[in-house]
Amino acid sequence: MITLAAQRKLVNQIALAMSLMAMAFGLFWLIWILWTTLDLGLAGLSANLFTKMTPPPGASDGGLLNAIVGSTILVGSATLLGTPIGVFAGIYLAEFGQRTWLGSATRFINDLLLSAPSIVIGLFVYAIYVAQIGKFSALSGVVALALIVIPVVVRTTENMLKLVPNSLREAAYALGAPTWVVVMRVTLRASAAGVITGILLAVARIAGETAPLLFTALSNQFWSLNMNEPMANLPVTIFKFAMSPFKDWQELAWAGVFLITMGVLGLNILARVVFREKHKL
Amino acid sequence: MSLTSVSTASSAKRESRRQIGDVIFFNLSRAFAVLTLLMLAGIIVSLFIGAWPSIERFGFEFLWSKEWNPPMERFGAAIPIYGTVVTSIIALIIAVPVSFGIALFLTELSPVWLRRPLGTAIELLAAIPSIVYGMWGLIIFAPIFSSHIQPFLTQTIGHFPLIGALFQGTPIGIGILAAGIILAIMIIPFISAVMRDVFEVTPTMIKESAYGLGCTTWEVVWNVVLPYTRAGVIGGIMLGLGRALGETMAVTFVIGNSNFLSSASLYEPGNSITSVLANEFSEATPGLYTASLIELGLILFLITLAVLVFSKILLLRLSRQDGTKS
Repeated sequence: MITLAAQRKLVNQIALAMSLMAMAFGLFWLIWILWTTLDLGLAGLSANLFTKMTPPPGASDGGLLNAIVGSTILVGSATLLGTPIGVFAGIYLAEFGQRTWLGSATRFINDLLLSAPSIVIGLFVYAIYVAQIGKFSALSGVVALALIVIPVVVRTTENMLKLVPNSLREAAYALGAPTWVVVMRVTLRASAAGVITGILLAVARIAGETAPLLFTALSNQFWSLNMNEPMANLPVTIFKFAMSPFKDWQELAWAGVFLITMGVLGLNILARVVFREKHKL
Repeated sequence: MSLTSVSTASSAKRESRRQIGDVIFFNLSRAFAVLTLLMLAGIIVSLFIGAWPSIERFGFEFLWSKEWNPPMERFGAAIPIYGTVVTSIIALIIAVPVSFGIALFLTELSPVWLRRPLGTAIELLAAIPSIVYGMWGLIIFAPIFSSHIQPFLTQTIGHFPLIGALFQGTPIGIGILAAGIILAIMIIPFISAVMRDVFEVTPTMIKESAYGLGCTTWEVVWNVVLPYTRAGVIGGIMLGLGRALGETMAVTFVIGNSNFLSSASLYEPGNSITSVLANEFSEATPGLYTASLIELGLILFLITLAVLVFSKILLLRLSRQDGTKS
């Protein structure tokens, strides 16, 4: 005969054990995936990776130079294009649109876009740009990635600006500063660390994006810096190489996955460090 | 001209200049906010226009026709929609209990010094690009899955009435079940991060009152924290569902990319909306084929949007409730 107290204790212990197992389950995959990436990625790492172009099928000495450079250009341009738009929209939400209809609507829509499937963003850019011009191009890839950057930057900019104490704004106004000076020189500067965190996270997000590039920048087996032509990039190259039956291509794909994973994790950790340094959380 | 009038003139000039500065600044920032707002409408309208040839030709039949025949130009979305929905459901069945356990561990059970590193680890799992999950799933997970896990499932759950049929067939590794599992691994971090955040919203006083009455940790979580945060928890699950529905690369690698389904088994290779798009779009001929693919994208966007709106409303309700009570 089990007493009620013993039964409750038992239920509690079972539940807590399950919770512990769930945690272990989550970490198990993280460790396994990271381990595979490290193991197979490091094996594929060589000087060729950074000096040679992507090889044709069957060739054994190839690298990812054009894909690495292409990805850097695409991600860099998309960040340059998306960040100002995102920061200004975020400023509007935090400084002007707190209680307006437009502010609430934009905030709501922005949150939807934040989790919208990236493949749909790619289709959108295809429909409004690629289909009109009639060819895939690096520039359309930049637009697609920028559209993914914007919601991330809007969200963090708004959140960070809202953390700035109003007394700071009032002090600046009392000195006779116009609104734009108050925002640009005082509130934005006070929340710079947070905004930079948001930008870093946005870069991390688009660095590994594959789906939107399939319909826009496509990929290119050759060296090309022309923004009006398809451009090589890491994610699509990985996709193509990983699905291929060639062993050399698969090895390159693992090396590419290693680079992207390390880059993305590095950016995420950097973002945390920047944020913590400033806010001493 | 006296000295004072000069100074007033220049200050008036300065005054108007600063007003111009403010007007420009205000309108610029508002324009970009409006741009964000218009993006959503833009996506729906442009996809609708792009899909029009297909909508006009097939009408609503597109939604339930199982035929996907590019050479004959006959297209139906039933197989991809089935794949998207079923893989997402599998992902939720696995991810929700696990995420709940993780959130419980992180908020109530873990030693305080471990909370931050473990929480960070889970959040980093969310940051890994989906192509990494996909490639890992295809090359590492699928072989192990077919040689060990699938035969085991067939021998155990496969004998159950009704659901047993889901676990029959040749274990080939890739397929709908494998895609669902990879998706689950992907969305666990999202759901558990949201659950942890909403669990932390519960006022300490309520929890301590329950502990004071002699409740066990489990009873506090199940009877106090969970009811208090129900809206937020469901919102978090919906957020994860939104992710799962729209996920492309992780699914494309492992779902098997087949436009035919011969049985109800989850071992069958299939296709999801996103994997069809990823595989076929760049090779599709312009015209009806492309339009049908865009219509698939439109359907996906509308489904995800509905899920996300629902999730957003629930999460907003929780934060409002939080605002009034504290």
